[in-house]
Amino acid sequence: MRGLAAIYRKELEDHFSSARFTLLLTLVLMVSLIMSWMTGAGVRRELEGFAKPSFVFLLLFTSTGALFSFTQFVAFFGPLIGLVLGFDAINRERALRTLPKLVAQPIYRDAIVNGKFLAGMTTLTVLLTALVAMIAGLGLRVLGVVPGGEEIGRLALYLVVSILYVGFWLGLAILSSVAFRGMATSALAVLALWIFLAFFVPVAATLAADALAPVPASPTVADIPTVLENAQILRAVSYLSPIAVYSDATAVLLDPMRKTTRSLVLLGPMERLSLSRFQNPLPLAQSALVAAPHLILLVAGTLVVFAVSYAAFMRQEVRA
Amino acid sequence: MAEPAVQTVELTKRYRGQVAVDRLTLDVYESEVFGLLGPNGAGKTTTILMLLGLSEPTSGTARVCGLDPTRAPVRVKRLAGYLPENVGFYDDMTGSENLLYVARLNGLRDREARPRIEHALEVVGLAGERRKRVGAFSKGMRQRLGIAEVLVKQPRVVFLDEPTVGLDPDATQRMLALIHSLSRELGITVFFSSHLLDQVQRISDRVGIMLGGRLVAAGPIDELARQSLGVDHERYTLEEIYMRYFRQEQPAAPPIPAGK
Repeated sequence: MRGLAAIYRKELEDHFSSARFTLLLTLVLMVSLIMSWMTGAGVRRELEGFAKPSFVFLLLFTSTGALFSFTQFVAFFGPLIGLVLGFDAINRERALRTLPKLVAQPIYRDAIVNGKFLAGMTTLTVLLTALVAMIAGLGLRVLGVVPGGEEIGRLALYLVVSILYVGFWLGLAILSSVAFRGMATSALAVLALWIFLAFFVPVAATLAADALAPVPASPTVADIPTVLENAQILRAVSYLSPIAVYSDATAVLLDPMRKTTRSLVLLGPMERLSLSRFQNPLPLAQSALVAAPHLILLVAGTLVVFAVSYAAFMRQEVRA
Repeated sequence: MAEPAVQTVELTKRYRGQVAVDRLTLDVYESEVFGLLGPNGAGKTTTILMLLGLSEPTSGTARVCGLDPTRAPVRVKRLAGYLPENVGFYDDMTGSENLLYVARLNGLRDREARPRIEHALEVVGLAGERRKRVGAFSKGMRQRLGIAEVLVKQPRVVFLDEPTVGLDPDATQRMLALIHSLSRELGITVFFSSHLLDQVQRISDRVGIMLGGRLVAAGPIDELARQSLGVDHERYTLEEIYMRYFRQEQPAAPPIPAGK
């Protein structure tokens, strides 16, 4: 355990004193300023004249404002935080030729990967928490609305899920740093994967859905099965990307009026009934329940990539 | 004689069908300097990695201080120091910060580690440079810092892989004197590999000659001279002995001019 603590401590010091951390922190500051101002002003304009709207504070994170919402931003660009923190975790030690002597110390070899992963997780936790707290704080000024306990709970849950989500990308980046000897190669590989999952999978999902279940331009009642099938394929393929899984899960967590992760087309009869009959917000626990399968999927994904990088590192020869 | 500090029996390593180390049987005694000699690719580094438990032997056994490095790698690594060939450091940290990290990895508290680090830096003659970043170190200073790093854990055995490669004559001298003093003054068993014959000759109590993964000869230098050259006078060099074995192993190799 001492070995793990020593590695964790050193990696954390490295992260906090690195230029990339300063860069990320600047990014966080910029984004939170722009976001809170942009969406805050938008939300205030929209709500003018409403008597007593509920869950206003969360709109700060979910409303799209001028360009995109905060949740969309984290879903899209949050991965970059994980990738930047992890892409050179192991291969930097190789490049510096410090790996042979590191593994020759009386520590278990897994302590190296574990220590680096934990230090990365701590760093991204700090960054994301700062991001959410900044927006909440600035939003308080712009909106002039104080969040209720329920809203704070939702935000906290959202934060935990986001940390796990970015942790998935950190694990992926560490895996890449084990697999590729060159740091630049590793960085390019993870960026390519990010672009693939962020941009190509959604396109591929639409293409696959339209190819397998083409919906006519003006659908009639007879086309309903095709429309359903199209929506199902779209959902199935787009869930290959953790970005889609995360987006759907957090949308439910942050919006108490959303009672399902599915699109309207795919609602079951009971869901449809409840949606039309009950116009009340869901309690937090129920929202969490709706998003539970997605959350489990995210946690499982994070564990899988971490386990694979761990196994790959344990099998690797020490020799350069 | 006492129980050997390092012992291998029929130690073998194969990489994808290629034999890197072939049935190596070897004893290294407490507090002696053992020089493992051989050309590049003879299996010296592989042998050291197996002795440290960093690489698993295909067959055969190894013992370091009576422990099996394959079964108890962490315990072996607590007793054995390792200086890899061209050792690396974290360039943006100072020498003593680098050593402190290694000391922490060895489970030392900072309170215990700091005096040891001071001492180790003094032993290798780097006490004046402790606030300098390692990135600004010369090659010779880096190698000496490597020795200091090994000393911080107060090992019983040290494995030095090509400790003098790439050093200028002056730095080489200092390095060799340092290695010699490890054994003589601190009583540490030194196992080092090199392909530089005269250096091995200068500081080793016993040498082993490794060719193509096999140990072709081992023993004190004068004994090897008697065996292989049939000479018993002072004027042999390790180079002559070595070339003798080398030619036996590779008769087709082109003749190598004597001298340098």
